[in-house]
Amino acid sequence: MARYRSFRDLDWPLLIISLIICSLGVLQIYSATHGDTPWHNAWWKQIIYIVIGLGLMWLTTSVDYHTLLGQVPILYTLSVLGLIATVAVGNVVFHARRWIHLFGVSFQISEFVKLVIILLVARYLSELKSDEVSARDLLKLGGLVAIPVALVYYQPDLGTAITCVSVLAAGILLAGLRWQYVAGIALACALALPVGWYLIKDYQRARFLTFRDPSLDPRGAGYQVIQSKIAIGHGGIWGAGLTKGTQTQLRFLPAAHNDLIFSGFAEEHGFVGVVVALGLYFLLLMQIVQNAQTAPDRAGMYICMGVGALLLCHLLVNVGMVAGEMPLTGIPLPLMSAGGSITMSVFVMLGLVNNVRLRRFAS
Amino acid sequence: MPPVEPERQQSRDAAPSRLFRDDTRFALGRIAVFQYLTVVVFLFLIGGFWVLQIRDEKMNSELAERNRIKTIPLLAPRGKILDRDGRIIVDNHSAFEFRILRDTLKPEHIAAIASGLNMTPDEIRAPLARAESRRLPKYFPVLIKQELTPSELAFVESHNDPDTFPEMELIANQSRLYPQGGLAAHAIGYVGEVSDQELNTTEFAKYSQGDKVGKEGLERQYNDLLMGIDGQRQVEVDSMGREHTQMRSKDFTPGNNLQLTLDLDLQAVAELAMEGRRGAVVALDPRNGEVLAMVSRPAFDPNLFTRRISRSDWKELTDNPDNPLMNRAIQAQFAPGSTFKPIVTIAGLETGMLEPEKTVSCPGGATFYGHYFKCDEVHGTVDLHRAIVHSCDTFFFTVGNHIGIDRIAEYAELAGIGKKTGVDLPNEKDGLMPSPHWKLRVQREKWYAGETISVAIGQGAVTVTPIQLASVLGGLVSGGVWYKPHLVKNAHIDPPRRADFHPENVATIVSAMCGVVNEGGTGAGASIPGLEICGKTGTAQRISNELAKSNKALALTMRDNGWFVGFAPRENPEIVVVALWEGGGKGAFSAPLVRDVIKAYVDKKARREHPGPEQLSLFAEPKR
Repeated sequence: MARYRSFRDLDWPLLIISLIICSLGVLQIYSATHGDTPWHNAWWKQIIYIVIGLGLMWLTTSVDYHTLLGQVPILYTLSVLGLIATVAVGNVVFHARRWIHLFGVSFQISEFVKLVIILLVARYLSELKSDEVSARDLLKLGGLVAIPVALVYYQPDLGTAITCVSVLAAGILLAGLRWQYVAGIALACALALPVGWYLIKDYQRARFLTFRDPSLDPRGAGYQVIQSKIAIGHGGIWGAGLTKGTQTQLRFLPAAHNDLIFSGFAEEHGFVGVVVALGLYFLLLMQIVQNAQTAPDRAGMYICMGVGALLLCHLLVNVGMVAGEMPLTGIPLPLMSAGGSITMSVFVMLGLVNNVRLRRFAS
Repeated sequence: MPPVEPERQQSRDAAPSRLFRDDTRFALGRIAVFQYLTVVVFLFLIGGFWVLQIRDEKMNSELAERNRIKTIPLLAPRGKILDRDGRIIVDNHSAFEFRILRDTLKPEHIAAIASGLNMTPDEIRAPLARAESRRLPKYFPVLIKQELTPSELAFVESHNDPDTFPEMELIANQSRLYPQGGLAAHAIGYVGEVSDQELNTTEFAKYSQGDKVGKEGLERQYNDLLMGIDGQRQVEVDSMGREHTQMRSKDFTPGNNLQLTLDLDLQAVAELAMEGRRGAVVALDPRNGEVLAMVSRPAFDPNLFTRRISRSDWKELTDNPDNPLMNRAIQAQFAPGSTFKPIVTIAGLETGMLEPEKTVSCPGGATFYGHYFKCDEVHGTVDLHRAIVHSCDTFFFTVGNHIGIDRIAEYAELAGIGKKTGVDLPNEKDGLMPSPHWKLRVQREKWYAGETISVAIGQGAVTVTPIQLASVLGGLVSGGVWYKPHLVKNAHIDPPRRADFHPENVATIVSAMCGVVNEGGTGAGASIPGLEICGKTGTAQRISNELAKSNKALALTMRDNGWFVGFAPRENPEIVVVALWEGGGKGAFSAPLVRDVIKAYVDKKARREHPGPEQLSLFAEPKR
């Protein structure tokens, strides 16, 4: 197999775009944390994560994705067990159990779960005999995805749960779904909304209410949204300049190197910077879609589209959140936010895309 | 494209398990849908940024500035109030006031803060609610308490950190320090936080909530002059409220000092004279209208008002039947009694209705229009001089009846009775000079001739305030020149009102008033050997003789008011003093009060002219 792998055949545009985004992220992390803060070394840690991520990406391309798909049952079992372990013994950070300590390193299992769900959906859908997803398959695949998603939601990590569901949704819609089912699911969701309102946690309800009107609780749940919007608006067209944004520098913006990194970026680089950054993300997504179009088989196509759907959903939820267009759900911005798990998992996803690309002439 | 080897071609047919289907063409359309969806998502996101960064940039930048810039008010001290010699009457002292920032306020903190400041939670909530209803900006700190005690200050300083109570704010200011014992309290007035009702009036509309403004007296009259202009300091703060850099600051402009015409020495003497009594003393310089002393008793402590006055203190002041808050010097309106006789005299002499040689026989009273009017005693045959010296009512019943109410009223109004003097204090009262015209207009009744008899001795409907009486008689004995009384020095002096009285008529009256004090008259209590003090007593009934007889208890509480008007020297008087002792019983009893003030004036003048080593003064005088 090794002869199909060569640096020359990697998706270089994809790689270059993602590295440009990463460097914007590192700069912004530096700007948001430099000086006398507990996170002042987050920017070079992030560089290390990126390097490790690149290594993992290369490693991911080395195993034929068909082989990976063959291991889905094992990976799936591992991820569910990992999630159960997280819920049981994980570290509580900001009222949520998302981290698990192993060999002195903290892991966020849900990042691994995202990868597994992409592979799971790809394998299940590519094994379908018909050109349409039957009700039975729908329930079966939905159930399989629902177990880890429910565990992720229980952490609670609504944002990651939503991104996982987006992979499933994209896969099913690609595989073909009768419009009656689509309508049925939509109707069921509409009916489930009032029920869901009682099922979600209090703080999530508060977040949703404050999303509608942040001034309801300007010091509490609405604070992040208000400050984030102020920071973005303060940037104007050209931005305040790196390390010059007062909202970021004077810490009115909470988690400015993390979930809200894009609002700090918007304050310091302005609308022009935002358009450039979002443009890069758009190119990145289009590059992934192009790989799906040229994939050698359905499985490869589903993998690429799963990665694309997940990243798009991530972007929508995170960037929409900082701009006040989406309710507050604490998920990071892929490739920019500081964080080892998310950075590495995104590079593994890019590895999966490259994996498919490298084998596009194989079958 | 890498070259495809033959055997690879082979394995391609066999090797990939049939697990996976390799036709992807079916999905191309749906992938295109995904691409369009991506475009939509990105346009949606960019739209959001366009709104925030382009459309609302100004608003958001202002909010960002408001986040990082904290404005700390620098409160301007009020001007000091000085007496005519430049001695300080009202000073300031450093204090701290406590404010709350509403944009960082957590409602659950209120109870804890209140207990640290010895307040009830509602006392904190009330001003916050008022600020809310007045739509003050959120970042504007709301005044909660003034003049913190040392323990309260310690509480605020030790808890004023971002982790405990970030909403607390201490601001240094200058607080008012008034003389103890209510010295000149009514003339000076006091300051307090401007109230909501006041903010809705034109006088106070230019101020804002939390401003300290003059509420009464000179503090109110000259508030604009005394109040400085607050400055402010701007600092850059982070989200924890820590100050980073000083940005810009605008220093305050302190208020102007106010120099009064009051003389602390005279004031102190007058205060002591009135101690324990109810009434007022006013000392004027008739040559220019300067008020040298103004006392009203009972007094209050203006220092109570510099913090927010407590409910119980306020109740005590307002429920007191003696009404300590009233400035009797300008607000007490009482019948002038016999102090009105010089007015009747000048009216008679100037109109020719009273011959200077006129004599009347006093058998202890006389009957007019079917009523018997009683005199104090049997005076026998009295001329004008003796009638004033011994305050014979029978004489004035007779001549007053002859002169007629219209002429009396004309001259009384000319002298200023029934009109505000225009002194520079708020809420001066008018007094009243009755006349047939007035009665018809106000009471819609005819004037009874018998009323003229009462008015002729300063009874009936005629009323004056102490400052009015001082101004009226001071101007009269100066030959008919009335300056507007005023308390602030160097103020523009309005040209006086003048009446061209014949000098010999004025001299006749002055001579008689000199006799009141120095010829064994009713005002003998005001005499000082070697000084020509002149004056006139007045004993004004507050209830009729018949009522007093039938109700002894009422007669006790409604004892006659004692007036005394004194001036010195006889020629070109320099000081005129009026003392009103409510319920004093007799005008003669008020004479010594006036004497003390005039003596203090004369003594001080003598010391100034012949300075000696053994000077004693109640107050240290500045070196000159």
